[in-house]
Amino acid sequence: MKAPSSHHDTVLAAQGLVKRFGGITATDNVTLNLKKGARHALIGPNGAGKTTLINLLTGVLEPTEGRIFLEGQEISQLAPHQRVRRGLVRTFQINQLFDSMTPLETLALTVSQHRGLGAKWWQPLGANKDVAARCERLLEQFHLTSVMDQPTRVLAYGKRRLLEIAIALACEPRVLLLDEPVAGVPAGEREELLHTVAALPSDVSVLLIEHDMDLVFSFATRMTVLVNGAVLTEGTPEEISSDQRVKAVYLGHGDEINESIPMGRGAANQEAPHV
Amino acid sequence: MSAQSVLLNHRRWRAWEPALWLVAFAAPLVLSSHALIVNEIAIVALFAISLDLVLGYTGIVSLGHAAFFGMGAYSAALFAKHVMPDPLVGLAVGIATSTLLGALCSATILRGSDLTRLMVTLGVGLILLELANKLDWLTGGADGLQGVVMGPLLGTFTFGLDGRTAAYYSLVVVLILTLLARRFVQSPMGATLKAIRDNRLRAMAIGIPVNARLAGVYTVAAGMAGAAGALLAQTTGFASLDLFEFHRSADVMLILVVGGTGWLYGGIAGAIVFKLMQDAISAITPQYWTFWLGLFLVVLVMVGRDRLVRPWNWFGKGRAR
Repeated sequence: MKAPSSHHDTVLAAQGLVKRFGGITATDNVTLNLKKGARHALIGPNGAGKTTLINLLTGVLEPTEGRIFLEGQEISQLAPHQRVRRGLVRTFQINQLFDSMTPLETLALTVSQHRGLGAKWWQPLGANKDVAARCERLLEQFHLTSVMDQPTRVLAYGKRRLLEIAIALACEPRVLLLDEPVAGVPAGEREELLHTVAALPSDVSVLLIEHDMDLVFSFATRMTVLVNGAVLTEGTPEEISSDQRVKAVYLGHGDEINESIPMGRGAANQEAPHV
Repeated sequence: MSAQSVLLNHRRWRAWEPALWLVAFAAPLVLSSHALIVNEIAIVALFAISLDLVLGYTGIVSLGHAAFFGMGAYSAALFAKHVMPDPLVGLAVGIATSTLLGALCSATILRGSDLTRLMVTLGVGLILLELANKLDWLTGGADGLQGVVMGPLLGTFTFGLDGRTAAYYSLVVVLILTLLARRFVQSPMGATLKAIRDNRLRAMAIGIPVNARLAGVYTVAAGMAGAAGALLAQTTGFASLDLFEFHRSADVMLILVVGGTGWLYGGIAGAIVFKLMQDAISAITPQYWTFWLGLFLVVLVMVGRDRLVRPWNWFGKGRAR
């Protein structure tokens, strides 16, 4: 089925997504269009439903209503792993890694799976030269070469965070959903990560969910503001930063100000770095 | 070192591996009076390795693995009794039926927590036990299936009372299946299983079809357990309800815990320790050998396998394996 959207440069389209948990509406009629090569940010106060929306897009949760299209094809009925194969890949706010494996094994496995070698049981992991070469490039790009043969569970938090992002890129995404990529990353290692995020290939469309306003405004060319599960407004960073309603959401309520306009470090306290 | 050589290095043969197999194959010759226990150890080791694929590599807990063991054993025994006595064909039949059963049962372990899996696998084991009991026209019921006479292996080697043919038959089958399993766990497929064990959510998020993999490994492991069961039925010429009993599922898990999960040789090491202990202690105190087994287990878990195996590290800094 074709997306009814008139813009054929739309890569990811969510139409009228609704998710109810019992009596609570976590996602309230969200429509979102991600353009090809977009640098799109999704912001909103805590509890606005950002992560729920990501879970709906990636198929971890099933929407109560609404449809999702990837490059014109409806994917609403596809399982999470099938969406990944179509190029819709995410990272997690809290690291989701394979702790007993090394970064190299993790990436080799991911690249193999992505290249359709995941069901091979006769050849050893790493036998494929292209897979090994791709792993080497990823390790270098993410500064993981020096720790490639250490078990992931013993890595420093910053390295674990880099690996989290590297895994997603190993899937060669067409659309990348970054869920607070720098959350909990110490200041010294932040630059490295930000640089890598900025250097993503320009044909990859990125949806960034982020608390760190510095990062959002330096990265995004388009922004969507989510409040109470619904889209409050969408626009360029300039439009968003001058929007009175957005200011009201972020500045209007005294109790939310500390959480929502962290000016850099707020998100760092959210996740206790489990090293 | 390049990424590829680091990866391929992991699958290198360790020096002790061929040594272990050499000792195993020499044992029935050197200790000819102990060929029977060598046979038993080999079979139990294979059973434990099959559980390791499921429990150690994929993280699926099971208390009903004996279902597949028993299925393989009864199929092989019935086939020998009613169709033809050739051991290799019988082995293939045992593997085929238990693989089929594994494929059917794999639907029960896809969803739910560890606790639900323990219950479901336990339940399947009990159902098969009761089936074997009730279908006594076929299985002999509580009396067991008697009068199973095996033909000579490859038409040449007869199964004698000394148990040497039996021991070599089992050892060769176990060696072949272990090598296949070794290949399997070191492949991309094996890595996807470990990924599922470590983090199911992320495994899904990198495109691994989790349910298909779980069903696949469960089926393969069932076939291996069935091979172990078939070997036992063929080399003892007997199949009884005891093969399906809960204690068999529990013992094999215990053996794997003793030897260590997630490295294949844990099943072999565990089987050797368990069977030799059983043999030695029950010779001294036949009624209370489980007491000493229990004590050993408690010590093993409290002290830790690593420190028990490497006492020279007792006073050094604790190092993770």
